[in-house]
Amino acid sequence: MPKVTVDGVELEVPQGATVLQACELAGKEIPRFCYHERLSIAGNCRMCLVEVAPGPPKPQASCALPASEGQVIKTDSPMVKKAREGVMEFLLINHPLDCPICDQGGECDLQDQSVAYGRGTSRFHEHKRAVTEKYMGPLIKTTMTRCIQCTRCVRFSEEIAGVDEIGALYRGENMQITTYLEKAAKHELSANVIDLCPVGALTSGPYAFEARPWELKKTLSIDVSDAIGANIRLDSRGREVLRILPRVNDDVNEEWLSDKGRFQVDGLTKRRLDRPYVRRDGKLVPASWDEAFAAVASVNPGKSVAVIAGDMVDCETMFAARALAGALGSSLLEGRQTGLAYDCSNLAAVNFNSTLSGIETADAILIVGSHVRWEAPLLNARLRKAAKNGAKVFVVGPEWDATYPVSNLGNDLAVLNKLPKDADEAFKAAQRPALIIGGAGLGKGGLEPSLALAEKYNLVRDGWNGFNALHMAASRMGGLMLGYAQPGGIADLVAAKPKLVLSLGADEVDYTRFAGSTVVYIGHHGDKGAHAADVILPGAAFSEKPGTYVNTEGRVQLADKAVFAPGDAREDWTILRALADALGVSVGFDSFDQLRAAMAKAVPALGREGLADYGALPKGGKAKAEGVIEGYPVKDFYLTNPIARASETMQRCSAELLHGETFAEAAE
Amino acid sequence: MADRHLEPDTPELRARWGNFAFNAAWDAKAKAAIARYPAGRQRSAVMALLDFAQRQVGEETQTQGWLPIPVMEYVAKYLDMPIIRVVEVASFYTMYNLVPVGRFHVQVCGTTPCMLRGSDDILAACKKRGMHKGHTTDDGLWTLTEVECMGNCASAPMVQINDDNYEDLTPERLDAVLDALAAGKTPKAGTQEPGRHTVEPLGGPTTLTAMVDSNHDYRKEW
Repeated sequence: MPKVTVDGVELEVPQGATVLQACELAGKEIPRFCYHERLSIAGNCRMCLVEVAPGPPKPQASCALPASEGQVIKTDSPMVKKAREGVMEFLLINHPLDCPICDQGGECDLQDQSVAYGRGTSRFHEHKRAVTEKYMGPLIKTTMTRCIQCTRCVRFSEEIAGVDEIGALYRGENMQITTYLEKAAKHELSANVIDLCPVGALTSGPYAFEARPWELKKTLSIDVSDAIGANIRLDSRGREVLRILPRVNDDVNEEWLSDKGRFQVDGLTKRRLDRPYVRRDGKLVPASWDEAFAAVASVNPGKSVAVIAGDMVDCETMFAARALAGALGSSLLEGRQTGLAYDCSNLAAVNFNSTLSGIETADAILIVGSHVRWEAPLLNARLRKAAKNGAKVFVVGPEWDATYPVSNLGNDLAVLNKLPKDADEAFKAAQRPALIIGGAGLGKGGLEPSLALAEKYNLVRDGWNGFNALHMAASRMGGLMLGYAQPGGIADLVAAKPKLVLSLGADEVDYTRFAGSTVVYIGHHGDKGAHAADVILPGAAFSEKPGTYVNTEGRVQLADKAVFAPGDAREDWTILRALADALGVSVGFDSFDQLRAAMAKAVPALGREGLADYGALPKGGKAKAEGVIEGYPVKDFYLTNPIARASETMQRCSAELLHGETFAEAAE
Repeated sequence: MADRHLEPDTPELRARWGNFAFNAAWDAKAKAAIARYPAGRQRSAVMALLDFAQRQVGEETQTQGWLPIPVMEYVAKYLDMPIIRVVEVASFYTMYNLVPVGRFHVQVCGTTPCMLRGSDDILAACKKRGMHKGHTTDDGLWTLTEVECMGNCASAPMVQINDDNYEDLTPERLDAVLDALAAGKTPKAGTQEPGRHTVEPLGGPTTLTAMVDSNHDYRKEW
């Protein structure tokens, strides 16, 4: 632990810390452009210069200099001030003065730091350099003249995303950042370079010229596009959410966000259900709330009610629906829309027990039937980190490009009964072995054999639980905790032939199997569920209601409401509360706070933020693994939920990045 | 340098170079270059392989050679590395030609020592023969480039033509060299000054004279 002195204050810094980190520990702000905590050190912007003794009598780049015993660091000396002014002047030589038309304006590192550390004027009278725009796909808008060549985007795509697609061509003043042959960046995390870019060179394409950062209301929320539960910030103006940005949470999403979570935002204003509809003579016609409730009440279902939860609903909505069904005398609740029927008697068996940050430390990983890159891109970045640290990764299921080395064990689940020699040896030798079972594995009955495997290889040991289930729906763990699981899956609901089916934004269900039932769809988008519905009650999307979400590792997280739902649409719980009145039963809550309190009473874990405790892993069954995984549930990464399907950006991503369509650039 | 750019990726380019592969001779050299590095570090050989590829392209086109995009892709595949990393290297170093060049790539040094010794006259002489900076002549014989210091300041001015340096030039001496090359002869490389062998001082040494015949210890004279 070296002791250093920063501006006269002596402090001890961790072994291996850099001078920049030492200064930060001392509470000093060091301006920087190229340095980023989660990327490798480049040391090419020179903005972090400080004075260090002992050492050469000149300013030193603090980001690339290790802190060592006895160093005297000065961050406020005249030399440092002059050095910063000089670097800033050089950086601004070729940077255009187009802040008024730059989308980064107001949240630009270069802008802020030139105000704080620059000298105010330039002595440069020659022509500035200009660089042609580079095409980087439908999400990233480029203005490369603004680039200051910090290479954060290059390092991100190489180190975090794992696809070497961005590079720096040519040299010196002519250096240009580009993708190879200006092909679109094809990666699920590609848009994070927009956040990383300290200037306005890489900005958000769909959000171009929409708003200034100071106009936006910032609301803390949770991403519902997958089961990772990434922490996000909704930036809204008026009644519209204009963009979604990730928040820092090292336990969940670090500071990244998948392109879908970020750019499905324009889907929130398209294809919305903004008034109730009732089906008359086979056609859905607009109706008033009273007419819609009357239509539901006229079914007079008695006990014959079933509830299907969609992939993006919050726990409060599911609890309110459970209370309504319970008041009517039914407990037919199901959230696994596509027919999965794995055993949910012990939730520890269907939880991501290693935790998302813990899986980074695994040294042998077996993925059973999961296309992790599409089902949870942020988890794939974690697995990549594990693989870079030497973890051996094995996959059962069809091959997919993992961005790190994996050995494929074939599509046949029977391999779980007896692992091949190399996997067997890797798991026996591993200190922290882990197994991840995904949707395709769960669908083929892989859960029991996986549990048996966990027992055989001792995946649960002191301080380590290596058994993980990876879900794809943001509502899944919350739903399972609230009892949205029948032993036989959704088939049990079909078999019960309910008179009334409440669909909470369930868009992946095969509604033809409920032909005899009256389907009431409470949701926000005119998607498959609404098409099949007999009564549509317009609800709120995740951005329009406060809610509790549980991610795939059992982490209970709260989201806030950013805007109001459009038109006549209401928050889902109020609809269910009113529906209870229409059906003549009492659900026991009249306000959102009462609802939350009742939910916390029924399922205490949902009342506490943080990881829920599901207890010990059950014993593995005797069942032999069999069956072949032919494909994965996610067929199109960009179009997995109703919001994304309504989003033009996501549709274009799907067409261009996955189906190879080309789009002519609009003439400017 | 400012006008360095990649040759556009056209179907014609793909048709011409899409099937590029090292011939036996260059393949052996490539394997030898890779063998110089530890297993798994084959990427380190990228600069050597790009040079070999450029030379093979040169042999096939009777020029100094250049690097079409499909050839860079071949090198990337050969070394199992991302293509963008290969293009980064190729575009960084000016000795890799990114666009087609002529039979002889005349690189005139224009840095200070050469300029003081008359590189402007050398450039003018080139221009007189129909060469323009950054262009290839219509007969496909000459490509003219102005480059920065090539490290021959003691025998300035100089030009580098393909693999050889020609030093101590005057416009007349340059003409003689270029005429010889055009005629298919191989002019003497190195200094063109009669009586000079390498970069030794003209007219005998002016310093360290006592060292000419035998070793002499100057230290006691300091």
